[in-house]
Amino acid sequence: MSEHTPHITPYRTLGIILLILLSLTFVTIEITSIHLGAFTVTAALLIAGFKGYLVLAYFMHLKHESTLLRVLVALVFVLFALIVVITFIDYAFRS
Amino acid sequence: MSNHENHTHVHRDDEAQKLGMWLFIFTELLLFGGLFLVYSIFRAQYPENFHESSLELSVTLGVINTVILLVSSMSVAIALTAVQKSNYKLAKLMLLLTVALALAFMVNKYFEWGAKFHHGLYPGSELMQLLDRGHHLYFSLYFFMTGLHALHIIIGVILLLISYVKINKGKVVSDNFMHLENAALYWHLVDLIWIFLFPLLYLIS
Repeated sequence: MSEHTPHITPYRTLGIILLILLSLTFVTIEITSIHLGAFTVTAALLIAGFKGYLVLAYFMHLKHESTLLRVLVALVFVLFALIVVITFIDYAFRS
Repeated sequence: MSNHENHTHVHRDDEAQKLGMWLFIFTELLLFGGLFLVYSIFRAQYPENFHESSLELSVTLGVINTVILLVSSMSVAIALTAVQKSNYKLAKLMLLLTVALALAFMVNKYFEWGAKFHHGLYPGSELMQLLDRGHHLYFSLYFFMTGLHALHIIIGVILLLISYVKINKGKVVSDNFMHLENAALYWHLVDLIWIFLFPLLYLIS
């Protein structure tokens, strides 16, 4: 693996990603200032999830990493999702 | 290890170093993930209290700190690109900018926590004991999660400063930059956690 030269993320890409992240932050603030109950929470978490994806893919350059690493990272998030779902099922069915 | 002194082939495995760092990051993600889960459960249990408590936080300070962390995440990524392109001057400048932003974050946090302390709101305080259970839980989680996050900021700053020294000594160079890469990964993790902490604690109410 060390033979292959590492991918160098251009400055431009990093700048564009920052601009998107900043815009999404302000979109989140706007959305959460409108009180729409459960929709607000879902929207804020979806945007946070997308921002997290951008940080992982570009700043942490997973987009150019080996398949092994990308699958491992994905599995950690799947594991966390399972823990959340199972805990909430337990919580919902307690008398 | 080679015995030939003049043939200095040092064994180095960048992929393994990176994988090791990622495995550590996984444990960090699950550590904070557990706290997010605790937050979600208690939020579901005490929605009104969580709503009222979150109104106590300054959204302005939260936004400023979010912007600071996002910019610092980019500056550390620029530092890595600069090292890969042998532009060490820019790399060092960007690392110093990142550290300066981290300090600005901590100063903000100091004022934010300071205001809470001033109002008698801190873990174990008399006021905290008198609060409703939901309020108590919210502020305990607030102090614990932002406190643990701030601890990560301090560790991140130390790692970035070590990278800075290594660039200065010529130990982090365009064909050997794993120390900076791993320090940068840690810094991005700090940013990543804040991306979820900020809306959950400050915005969703």
